[in-house]
This record gives sequence, structure tokens and C-alpha cells, in this order.
Amino acid sequence: MNRIQTLYKSIIGKKVIAAVTGLILFGFLLGHVAGNLKVFTGSNDQGIPHIDEYGQFLKVAGEPLLPAGALLWSARLVLLASVILHITVVVQLAMLSAEARPVSYVKSKKKAASLAALWMMFSGSVIAGFIVFHILHFTTGTIQLGEFEHGYVYNNLRSSFSNPFVAGGYIFVMVVIGVHLNHGVWSMFQTLGIDNPDRNKFLRTASTAVTMAIILGFIAVPASFLFGLMPEAANYAHDLLTGH
Amino acid sequence: MRIKLHVWRQSSRSDKGHMESYELDNVVEEMSFLEMMDTLNEKLTVEGKEPVAFDHDCREGVCGMCSMVINGEAHGPKSKTTTCQLYMRHFDDGAEIFIEPWRASAFPVVRDLVVDRSAFDRIIQAGGYVSNHSGPKPDPNSIPIEPNIAETALDAATCIGCGACVAACPNGSAMLFTSAKASHLGLLPQGQPERFDRAKSMVSQMESEGFGSCRNYAECEAQCPKGISIAFIGRLNSDFLKASLVEPIDRRGDMKAQ
Repeated sequence: MNRIQTLYKSIIGKKVIAAVTGLILFGFLLGHVAGNLKVFTGSNDQGIPHIDEYGQFLKVAGEPLLPAGALLWSARLVLLASVILHITVVVQLAMLSAEARPVSYVKSKKKAASLAALWMMFSGSVIAGFIVFHILHFTTGTIQLGEFEHGYVYNNLRSSFSNPFVAGGYIFVMVVIGVHLNHGVWSMFQTLGIDNPDRNKFLRTASTAVTMAIILGFIAVPASFLFGLMPEAANYAHDLLTGH
Repeated sequence: MRIKLHVWRQSSRSDKGHMESYELDNVVEEMSFLEMMDTLNEKLTVEGKEPVAFDHDCREGVCGMCSMVINGEAHGPKSKTTTCQLYMRHFDDGAEIFIEPWRASAFPVVRDLVVDRSAFDRIIQAGGYVSNHSGPKPDPNSIPIEPNIAETALDAATCIGCGACVAACPNGSAMLFTSAKASHLGLLPQGQPERFDRAKSMVSQMESEGFGSCRNYAECEAQCPKGISIAFIGRLNSDFLKASLVEPIDRRGDMKAQ
């Protein structure tokens, strides 16, 4: 425990924490995009869209070994802790770095730093704001931007994303997330000391490729609904989904 | 050639400082940047003004004394070149040139373009050494070293400790310097006994000097006059992580079976 505390206090340790929590959040995005793509796979023989089934599965995942919701809430707690830690250490480091350069240059020039790297705090802030908005929009339904009924994921998406402002907003934020990840994923390898000149090109290309795949997967959903490519879902009774 | 200079003038550590403009019209392309500065100082002296204080020593690119941010770049526009090896032919006739000192709270400005870089010396003192026995001289090449490792260590050892990495880093971080100094010893067999303690104590000294954190911009590598790779930063990260979490554990003691 002492060692973890010492690590947490050091600037490299804080970066390592940002890298590891970033990795957790990146893993979440991979799962999230895989789930999202279920909107394209259609419906089961009872007319229930696969994405609705998947939503229900997330609620009860782990049953019967674990009580319903246990796995979901454990995952949510881990993600919440990761987000909080990620933001905390990054803000602490930014404050420290601001102190390290009290007088700025009259003329300054960047030779190597990418825009993605320089704008990490900005893209990160947009993402943090988006996470709150997104949960209030599609998880709790507090922000109504279309029809919303719990459990009817497909219809909720269809209703919200047929609004070009909502779909456009989501697509914009996805691009911001892509920019954040393009630097962030590679940066994780460097911070953990995994990158080396012999693998640098591969790791950077792989980071960009995986980021592009994730972001295009995310964008495909609002874009498809926006352009009217998605069929209307059949009406079905809610108890068909929950099974009681 | 004619040039217009904007130079940072600061009479003492406590002075607030300001940019001052000068025009020089007798600059020759063959002059080095520092010779151009000498010309400026001669002119200022003749005019009865205070010459610009700047650090310089060997003027052949190895001592690491010259320290100027020229047009927003540490050591100026030519990559892998120290200020003293920069020539006026690298600038256009009529060019406007901004000259500022290294900017970092750990490098306080002493006067004009001269900064106090003792923070680097203290980082070296904290762990930039190896312990050797003082007995008879060992046979040359008695410790075999894999050539790639030796070359990598030599690459790290090309660091001249000028501080350009700190000046270039948007965060004023000294990770490139510290990692180069920790790596050129930590890579070699002679540096193994203190390897993990070295990583910890040098990083801890670096932190207490008030340098910023590394954000993986690679700006340091791009502006380093010796082109030192950020691969060493990754290596120090990894050594520091091992040092903090796993490595120097005292594992002496009895164990019981069950």
C-alpha cells in the first residue's frame, strides 16, 4: 500500500494511473461499440430488435451466479472510479506543469507536438461533459430529445437520431473522442514504457487503426438513423423482453 | 545582411524583464549565431549600453552552455544543432529574430539570456553515478557488453545537459534529460547495482526541482541538439515503475512450510 501511495505521489506514477484508467475506459469503448453495432443485425423471430435484447442482457448479465444487476453495477463502479481517477491525476499534472512554466515565450513554435496531443485537455473536457449528457439522455431518459421509453433501445435511438442536431452533435463528439484516443492510446504505451523505436511505427499505426474502427463504428449508428437507412421496429410488449 | 533582433533583457533575478529591439546591419552569413551576438554586444558597448549577457563556452557544440530560444525554438531553427553551431546563413536577409532565455521555474533567469541550470546538477548528484572499486585497474573489455546496448547507452550519453528539452517542452518537463542520464548508466552492466534506486532518486529530485510532467509531445526530442530519443523516457518510466512496485524488495528471511 505504501508503494502505491509513493507511486501516486510521483508525476510518473500519476501518468501511469492516467494510462491504466485510460486503458480501462478504452476497453469499455470497445465493448460499447460492439454492443452498438447490434442495431444493424435486425430483430429476433418475435420482432424484438437485437439491441433491445442486448440491453436487457446487460441488466441481468451474470445471472444466475450473481444477482441481476450485480455485474452491471460493478462495471459501472469500476468505470466511474476510472473516470474520476483519470480526471483527477490529469488535472493535478496540468496544474503542476502550469507552475513549471510561469513565464511563457513571446514567440513559441511546435516542431513535433501533434494538435491531438496539445488539445488533450480540451477534448477530455468535451468528453467528460458528453458522458454526463449521454447518460442523462439514453440511460436515465432525463434529457428528452425524442421519444424515450426504458428498454426500447432501438426506438429510442431512432427517435433521437432522426433529429439532425442530435445526430450531428453525437457525430461531432465521436470525432473529438477519436482525436483524444489517437494520442491517448499511443501515449499509454509510451507512459508504461512499452513503446520502443522498433515497435513505434506499429504501435502508432495500430492505435490509429483501432481508434478509427471504434469511432467509425460509433458514428455509423447516428448516421444511419439520420439518413433514414434504418427500418422501423415492430411494436412488441415489454414483458416479451423481460420475460415476466 | 541586415537583421532585426528582439532580445529578452533582465538586469537581475528579481527584475521583471522585457523584450528589447535592436537592428544590426553588418551581419555576415559566415558568422555563427554567437558571433552575431558578440557583434551586437560590441555595438552596445560602443554606445555605452549594457551588453546582452548570454552563456557560451566551447562554441563547438559539446559543452551544453549556450542556451537561447530563437524564434520559439530551443537552439534555433536548425535541428540537432546547438546555438553556437548555428550560422547566420540559416536566416534570411532582413529576418526578425526573437531571442529568449529557457523558460522554466526550475531554471530561474540570472540575467538577460543566462539561466541557472543547477537543478540539473542536483538531479545528477541524486543518482547519476556508478560505484566503482578503487583497487587495481580492471582489464580493458573485461565486462562483455552487447554492441546494441553499448550503442544505445552511448546515444543516451550524448546528452550535453543544455536544458533545451525543458525549454522546448510545453510543460517544462525535464524527463528527457533525466531519462538520458539515468539510461546511459542503467543500460550498462556497471550501472546495474544502483539501477532502480537511481531511477527513483533522480525522478524524485527532478520533481522537487519543480519541473513539469511529461505529456508525450516529443517536442523535447525534436528540439534536442543531440536528437536524444524519447525512447529513454519510456525506459525511465518503466524502470521507475519497477522500482516503485517490484524491484528493490528486501527478500531476506526464513520461510515456513505448511
